[in-house]
Amino acid sequence: MPIRSRASTPAWISGATSEPRVEARRLKPITVLRVAIFLAALTPAALLVWGFYTNDLTANPGDYITDQTGTWILGTLFASLTITPLRRLTGWNELVKLRRMLGLFAFFYATLHLLTWIVFIHYFDVGFMVEDVFKRPFITVGMTVFVILSLLAITSNRFSIRKLGRRWQSLHRLVYVAAIGGVIHFWWLVKADITEPRRWAMGLAVLLGLRMWWAYRRKAPRPRPAIS
Amino acid sequence: MLIKKASDIRSSEITPKSVYLRRREFIQASAAVVGAAGLGAAGLGWFTDDAFAQGGGLPKLPNVKKSPLSTTEAPSAYEYITSYNNFYEFAAGAGDGPKKSSGKFKPTPWSIAVEGLVNKPGTYNVEDFIKPFQLEERIYRFRCVEAWSFVIPWVGVPLADLIKRAEPTSQAKFVEFTTLQDAGRFPMQRTDLLEWPYKEGLRLDEAMHPLTLMAVGLYGEVLPAQNGAPIRLVVPWKYGFKNIKSIVKMRFVDKQPVNTWQAMARNEYGFYANVNPMVDHPRWSQAREKRLPSFIANHRTEMFNGYADQVQSLYAGMDLRRNF
Repeated sequence: MPIRSRASTPAWISGATSEPRVEARRLKPITVLRVAIFLAALTPAALLVWGFYTNDLTANPGDYITDQTGTWILGTLFASLTITPLRRLTGWNELVKLRRMLGLFAFFYATLHLLTWIVFIHYFDVGFMVEDVFKRPFITVGMTVFVILSLLAITSNRFSIRKLGRRWQSLHRLVYVAAIGGVIHFWWLVKADITEPRRWAMGLAVLLGLRMWWAYRRKAPRPRPAIS
Repeated sequence: MLIKKASDIRSSEITPKSVYLRRREFIQASAAVVGAAGLGAAGLGWFTDDAFAQGGGLPKLPNVKKSPLSTTEAPSAYEYITSYNNFYEFAAGAGDGPKKSSGKFKPTPWSIAVEGLVNKPGTYNVEDFIKPFQLEERIYRFRCVEAWSFVIPWVGVPLADLIKRAEPTSQAKFVEFTTLQDAGRFPMQRTDLLEWPYKEGLRLDEAMHPLTLMAVGLYGEVLPAQNGAPIRLVVPWKYGFKNIKSIVKMRFVDKQPVNTWQAMARNEYGFYANVNPMVDHPRWSQAREKRLPSFIANHRTEMFNGYADQVQSLYAGMDLRRNF
């Protein structure tokens, strides 16, 4: 409200004079995008809550919620990995402001996913859970991914960035391990239909491929000038 | 042939003899009844659990006898049994995919072939195949290999009756069952999701066991498409995938057949697939199950799905860990 009234009030009345300050009060495209993506990323969770209250989560709601939350870990994690390529391709550097939010959503869905495993699949039976982690490779991988995402979420604040310095970036490169692990986890758990995990794997190949290509171009020796 | 055009025939014109009607017409008819009963317009009353427990409005099967082999446990709601299952010919994975993709499926005309090591091979229209035998309701526990379960009131005839009529020769040791191959009716058969057509097999003594049922109905009505219309196998002490649906062929053979899931993943799915809480699937435990609808594993899985007293003698001396 104040933003609108002040901005629409002539400068000579409001006393607002400098052009940059007015500029700052305008709704920036990045802010709009941020809100839109926040709402979009929250929608799957909201639909699950809605489905719970309308009893519309199939006869096997535990498995359904597990599948949905699993899908949206990958959805948000992959979205966070598209930020850098998009930035490079569009030159819109502000996009980086969306990255942490998407990463935290991945952690949010991973937490829900883990909770479905603890509650719906094992109903707090620690023995079964421990057995599951050590006996079943796809669970081992899934749990590793969760640990990584937790570490990244915990260190996603300014304080950690400052404190860790260069190591922060090395640590956060683990996001690639998490993405690869997530796809492997999905691939190993499907019974027959690998359509979806294959799609994620191809997406990942593009996202990682682009980065590798750029890294190669940066490091590749420039062609030497011909000696005449 | 006539039935193929059923979509153009109004329900009032369908003779009582045509057994397979479109579900929608029945729902409309039922909605009228429900509406008349004052339970609400547009069939809203139809979608309550009570109404579903009565069935799905498909044609009733006549002259069904109760069976002492039925469990006394309460059957799961019709709605859940018909909207949560696996039927890869219609959709991959468990859920309501099979129900959603099978709306146009017509199980008519349907013939079923009996062949191989038998004295009386033959090809039957599915109604003639069943007609000489007494229809029975068998309320059985149903345990999917994915660790969920239902209690299902099937209607069918003992498979043993059908086998005796065929007179297997002394060389016949196994029965191999085959699902219809028709990508026009089973859309997923256009993909290479599984090796089509779906096949299953039983040892002859398993097939002859009094519990083994050839089912043609559910809740006193004909089977809905997604549950394996018009005829499917029910072997209650085995995992669900053994219960092959929409069968067109029974072949008597002397060698153990390779069932589809065994061909897909030999280390995960065996030939026997007896329900066994002690032998885990490589990717999950089989010790407990979700009796649906349920969020959590609310049941302990029992050896041979609770039918151990009747069937364990079939496997005397066998290593069930190896023959999973």
